[in-house]
Amino acid sequence: MATERRFRVWRGDAKGGDFHDYTVPVEEGEVVLDVMHRLQAQQANDLAVRWNCKAGKCGSCSAEVNGHPTLMCMTRMSDFPPDDVVTVSPIRTFPVIRDLVTDVSFNYEVAKRIVPFQPRPMTEEEKEAGSYLLAQEDIDRLQEFRKCIECFLCQNVCHVIRDHEENKRNFAGPRFFIRNAELEMHPLDTADRRDQLQDEFGLGYCNITKCCTEVCPEGIHITDNGIIPLKERVVDKRYDPIAWLGRKIGFAKDQRRL
Amino acid sequence: MAARVATGEPETAGGRASISARTLRKDAWWRSPATTAGVLLAFVIYSTWAAFQTTDYTWEPYISPFFSPCIADACHGSSSTWSFVPWWPLPAILILIFPLGFRLTCYYYRKAYYRAFWLAPPACAVAEPHRRYTGETRFPLVLQNIHRYFLYFAVIFNIILSYDAIVAFRDHSGAWGHMGLGTLVLLINAALLWTYTLGCHSCRHLCGGKLNIFSRHRFRLRLWKFVSWFNERHMQFAWASLVWVALSDVYVRLVASGLIHDPRFF
Repeated sequence: MATERRFRVWRGDAKGGDFHDYTVPVEEGEVVLDVMHRLQAQQANDLAVRWNCKAGKCGSCSAEVNGHPTLMCMTRMSDFPPDDVVTVSPIRTFPVIRDLVTDVSFNYEVAKRIVPFQPRPMTEEEKEAGSYLLAQEDIDRLQEFRKCIECFLCQNVCHVIRDHEENKRNFAGPRFFIRNAELEMHPLDTADRRDQLQDEFGLGYCNITKCCTEVCPEGIHITDNGIIPLKERVVDKRYDPIAWLGRKIGFAKDQRRL
Repeated sequence: MAARVATGEPETAGGRASISARTLRKDAWWRSPATTAGVLLAFVIYSTWAAFQTTDYTWEPYISPFFSPCIADACHGSSSTWSFVPWWPLPAILILIFPLGFRLTCYYYRKAYYRAFWLAPPACAVAEPHRRYTGETRFPLVLQNIHRYFLYFAVIFNIILSYDAIVAFRDHSGAWGHMGLGTLVLLINAALLWTYTLGCHSCRHLCGGKLNIFSRHRFRLRLWKFVSWFNERHMQFAWASLVWVALSDVYVRLVASGLIHDPRFF
């Protein structure tokens, strides 16, 4: 049975805008995206909403519901009290195009700057087999990183760029640390990404307050399994005097490739 | 029906939606950083007070973890007396530097105090109050990168505190075969400190996280998986060990000052 629920939806574009109040019928079991579609169909035909799969896998319908960065298709209306006025706004960190749709091209520009995968040459055995031979335990760790659906909620919630627009020049953001972690920890990759991570991608800006992990709809442990291990690898190269001395005198080797 | 609602000054930095509210969150987002700040402040106040109380921190066979290893003459006769600075009046000050440094540079505590005290950010999707932000790229915060060195010291201290827990199986006169409530307190203290230390992100990295080809390092893969279990619970062990170390100090003081009698199990 449908119940009337109240919403405050941000409407506008880069020139300005504000919240509009709506009352929309909500059916049992619906998610916020369902309600936005009903609103669009019945009351606000020009409401801009980006969506695609409605199954939490395409990463298109990122928005902020009651101030929480989330996928609208994965946010159940039953999570809110019946008398709550549900606020829906576009993700804050990126330029708004219109209503709930933002321009996330910042992320694609960062992605272009990542050093591509550089696999080692194949062994004779691998040439015969026609493909690289990998042990499962060597790639288990990477599977988690590959779950990323590029919803950019982690990019949106990260205070380094959310609260400081000027830092976008120097900071890649959690999604691209995860992409770098996937490459950096890959058993076949030969590139050393640590200098770029620290100097160009601003790994040191991250103060590991873990909001990226909190909002990730795929449950990726962005900080614990991606960013912090990358920080430790940078420490190996730059901030650990004993490791540095060990490499200088030939006692220690870069263990990533051993 | 739609109705326009005014929300204050437009914000257009970077072409963003003009939403001036610091946050649109309605939940009690301040509760977690406030609790963190409260507990951490309470610990800092108590440990500072305890560091200056140079009596009643040892009662054979127990010694407060704040004062172990006992490096001053003040606690001669206690379990682990390594009197290499006998003239030093406040042994806890020298000792606490290391666990304090370990926790201050800890990846979990960094999250906790950056949120609770520095408000960077106070909570997710709640704007921080600072005009500029450079994170851990500059001095002094770039020094957070020496965390692994504090880890090395933390391991040494854990060994010492484990030793203290073992010698607490002696009785007040030094004979083995005793166990009191204080023994249990010190055992739990040592165990919790190990769980916290083993879950350290630097420890996880050094044990095996730095490797890319686990299949050539089976032992280190197992080690990495072992410490990863503790790492997943690092926050819980961080708080449990912090609170317990203070409670251990309280217990030893209560026994040493004669306010309570140490119950004996055998």
